[in-house]
Amino acid sequence: MYPSRFKYESPKTLEEAIKLLDAGKGEAKVLAGGQSLVPMLKLRFAFPDQIVDINNIPGLDYIRFDADGSLHIGALVRHEHLEKSVEISKRQPTIAAAAPLVADPIVRTRGTFVGSVCHADPQGDWAATMIALNGHLVVQGPKGKRNIAMKDFVLGPYATTLNYNEIAIEAVIPAPKGVARGGYLKLERRVGDFATASVAVALDMNGDTVLGAGFALAGVGGKTIDANDAASALVGQKLTEATIAKAAALVAAKAEPRTDHRGSAEYKRHIVETFVKRILTANSTQKVA
Amino acid sequence: MKLDEVKIGGMGASRRRVEDNRFIRGKGNYVDDVVLPGMLHMEILRSPLAHARIKSIDTSAAWDMPGVRLVLTGEMLAARNLAWMPTLSYDTQAVLATDKVRFQGQEVCAVIADDPYIAKDACGKIVVEYEVLPPIVNPVQAAAADAVQIRDDKAGQVGNKVFDWEIGDKSRTDKAFEDADVVSKIELHYPRTHPSPMETCGSIADYDRATGKLTVYMTSQAPHIVRAAVAMVAELPEQNIRIITPDIGGGFGNKVPIYPGYVIAILGSILTEKPVKWIEDKTGNLTSTGFGRDVYLKGEMAMRKDGKILGVRMNTISDHGAFFADAQPSKFKIGLMHSAFAAYDIPTAHMFATGYYTNKAPGGVAYRCSFRVTEAMFFQERMVQAAADDLGMDQAEFRRINFVKDEQHPHRTAFGFLTDSGQYEKCLDIGLEAIGYKNFAAEKAEAAKRGRLLGIGISTMTEPLGAGNSREYDILGIKMFDSAELRIHMSGKALLRTGSRGQGTGHETTWAQIVAHELGIPADDILVEEGDTDTAPFGMGTYASRSTPVAGAAIAMVARKVRAKARKLAAHLLEVSEEDIEWELGRFYVRGNQERGVTIQDCAMAAYSNMPDGMEPGLENVAYYDPPNLTWPFACYIAKIEIDPETGVWDVLQFVAVDDCGVRINPMIVEGQIMGGLTEAYAMANMQYQTYDEEGNIIGGNYMDFLLPTAWETPGFELYEVVTPCPHHPIGAKGVGECATVGGPAAFVNAVMDALKDKGVRNIDMPLMPNRVYEALTTGKDVYGMPPVRSGN
Repeated sequence: MYPSRFKYESPKTLEEAIKLLDAGKGEAKVLAGGQSLVPMLKLRFAFPDQIVDINNIPGLDYIRFDADGSLHIGALVRHEHLEKSVEISKRQPTIAAAAPLVADPIVRTRGTFVGSVCHADPQGDWAATMIALNGHLVVQGPKGKRNIAMKDFVLGPYATTLNYNEIAIEAVIPAPKGVARGGYLKLERRVGDFATASVAVALDMNGDTVLGAGFALAGVGGKTIDANDAASALVGQKLTEATIAKAAALVAAKAEPRTDHRGSAEYKRHIVETFVKRILTANSTQKVA
Repeated sequence: MKLDEVKIGGMGASRRRVEDNRFIRGKGNYVDDVVLPGMLHMEILRSPLAHARIKSIDTSAAWDMPGVRLVLTGEMLAARNLAWMPTLSYDTQAVLATDKVRFQGQEVCAVIADDPYIAKDACGKIVVEYEVLPPIVNPVQAAAADAVQIRDDKAGQVGNKVFDWEIGDKSRTDKAFEDADVVSKIELHYPRTHPSPMETCGSIADYDRATGKLTVYMTSQAPHIVRAAVAMVAELPEQNIRIITPDIGGGFGNKVPIYPGYVIAILGSILTEKPVKWIEDKTGNLTSTGFGRDVYLKGEMAMRKDGKILGVRMNTISDHGAFFADAQPSKFKIGLMHSAFAAYDIPTAHMFATGYYTNKAPGGVAYRCSFRVTEAMFFQERMVQAAADDLGMDQAEFRRINFVKDEQHPHRTAFGFLTDSGQYEKCLDIGLEAIGYKNFAAEKAEAAKRGRLLGIGISTMTEPLGAGNSREYDILGIKMFDSAELRIHMSGKALLRTGSRGQGTGHETTWAQIVAHELGIPADDILVEEGDTDTAPFGMGTYASRSTPVAGAAIAMVARKVRAKARKLAAHLLEVSEEDIEWELGRFYVRGNQERGVTIQDCAMAAYSNMPDGMEPGLENVAYYDPPNLTWPFACYIAKIEIDPETGVWDVLQFVAVDDCGVRINPMIVEGQIMGGLTEAYAMANMQYQTYDEEGNIIGGNYMDFLLPTAWETPGFELYEVVTPCPHHPIGAKGVGECATVGGPAAFVNAVMDALKDKGVRNIDMPLMPNRVYEALTTGKDVYGMPPVRSGN
């Protein structure tokens, strides 16, 4: 590959990395997994003056459930770590379902959860998951740390509220009040293909009753679609054919698909509705642990 | 003791591939691995537009960059009469655009610099001013009365038509349709696709002014043709041109044509007096080099109501892109499309083919298709299924009653080919048994209860391989034979060279096995060398599954020539007359006294140390093989699929492949070829195509849009074999390189169509993506990938 010329730095501390970003004045770019940045460099869609490789900064590679039940994912956690984590598979079904569907097995060994969220690709799986789970990012800049709620993070395709001199160091998923349930489905023509449509569903259940629900979509709009409003069809109720159908229709109405070579707008909306139904139905018939 | 042929790696041995020793160690030597002293690097600036007049080109900023050695434009080439080059189909192709750009990705300028980064940066500094012209992206637009003429460079060119061509008996076929009880019709499009070799095209041109010698390292499947072509285009004496193809990282037909990059790099080396390396990037490869297919069909079949086919009509319209650059036998404008229905006993057929220029990349026969046999077989099997459905007849039974019977071979086909041999019903029966055809109805009913749709699809193919015989097959007048040269060293070890060129296909392994079979020299003792035009004998190269049918035959023939001389040496050593010598594998002995003999190795030593008086020393020979006929492998592929009606996603439940490629030299390599071919067939049926938007922007110019299936989605394939030896090939082999790619796609498509039969759907164009299947399922209507083309003919 023959990218444009760039300077490369591999700092050992977050403070150093932030200094480099600050000095870059927007022309420096963070390299975590390189899942999207490296292809963009290759195609010369991106031509930063400087790459700040954060892979040598210790302490960013953790998946942790705190005592309060909240989930914390460090900036260098690879998709594969989430896919293989026993804790995740037991306690966070939406992430557990999405992890094996991210990109392809090779990319999953390098690409990071936080990097994917920051890339803000409308097709990104993790941004949708984060919105459905009502997560937030912890970001650090020259003036210290701040939290950005996921719903306030994505501005549009590849655009976020992250400042050029800030690094997202952690993703946080709040604890459920009851038991976390949910799922993730994606229609792709091939492993690693961009999604025709993806659906993230997060449920917070007490027995058969829905305490909270989150929905988000990827691939069916100019940015990740927040469909959390559809929770109104489910909260305080049981997952029945009627409530499921109502929620699925509400989520599908939120999609903003475009007709392209992956399918017509109507088809993609239909897939969204079908997938919401499938995830909710699967959760309605499962025994709650 | 008699030699064990399998133990010495002869015919039928699943010998491990000797070339893999270096490939799996990362020690392959591909063209990009070749580094010459003082080598410069070339990058090509490509057109962002599909159709535009070039108003101006400003290269000054590129020239000003440190490290830039040469910036070439079409105008500079035109001054040297090199702006245009001949194609392999008697057309011309722009090397660098002078007047207009005619497709997105066309070569506009080239920069030669000290390193590839500088060359790429400098391309970004070139300013080209274009005047946009209306793009033509399909034959309907090309044929329109008010269409802009794409090839206004050609004197005498009328509109955008490339050719009209026909074959078969029109009046007899018309009569057959008049007499028919039932006429079945189908229209479809085989979409444009593209080979995806891991290694892109590339070359290093090294012109030495002191010696006048031009050496080109190149990723070519046909290096000898390249030498001849370079001699013509560059007007260099042929003895001073040496083409070396190092290891090839996959070809699939992509590396047969001569591309502008090669020509520019040669000129660049002549002008800079330095070696110039050009390595195409993946997008360059996908957007500018030889593609496959892009043909529309209107097919009609006339039948008696008992299912007997009385006649076939095929109307094809092909999209050739901006230049007619198909690499195919010159006599046949639409390749071997008329190989359709060769396995069926059909009284009469007629085909009318029209080709058009469009603002798309040139090419047309690349991608494992044996000169459009891929389209021919796909069209045939889709027509056969539609006809069976129209008759309300079982699809297997319909094939069975119309197949050419074993005893009818050699059989003259309705389009004029002569088949050689085959056991079509036997292959079909093995396939039906393996897929559980008898129980399918029950299985389908059971799946329906689960809300799933099941379908079973059959595809058979027979492929005329081994182009060619010199009576009918030539490329630019050069007859399509091939060659082998065998040199036995005094220790009995050997060096074999051929005019073909393996491209990861195992030639170094299998060629040695043929020699082992003919001479009894262990395959491990035979070094196979190909691809250097200074050392290998002239041959037409490797494509169209022709290596085993032609070069493979030449190897057997040269080994027999060597054996004939060895027999004389044996007679001398054994002190008997030649007539009293018998041969068994690896050894001559005296008739009636099997104990008294000499080995082939003994004869080799004698050829250098103890030859009879008057005998020329040495033990080597060369053979040029001009096949008496094409070879005719056959295959029956059957797919069983299940559709999720809520999404249109379909999964392959079972896939059975029964291949009869004649005698198998190395069964393991044959199976690998079939598996690979079926994977490509699955890709085309399921996900893979190149299309263009209204502005002529290519969709499918990178691997985000042009999909290759991974191990995750590729189904498993069950392989079965039938062996009908080719009666006219010296070792009975028929060739197998393309069979599965050719015959595979229709099995998948027919299976999906079978599942949708009750919904009133007759056709969905490939690729059968979930959205298309869902649309057909919910509307009950056919789904076309492109606007259907109606021919007035």
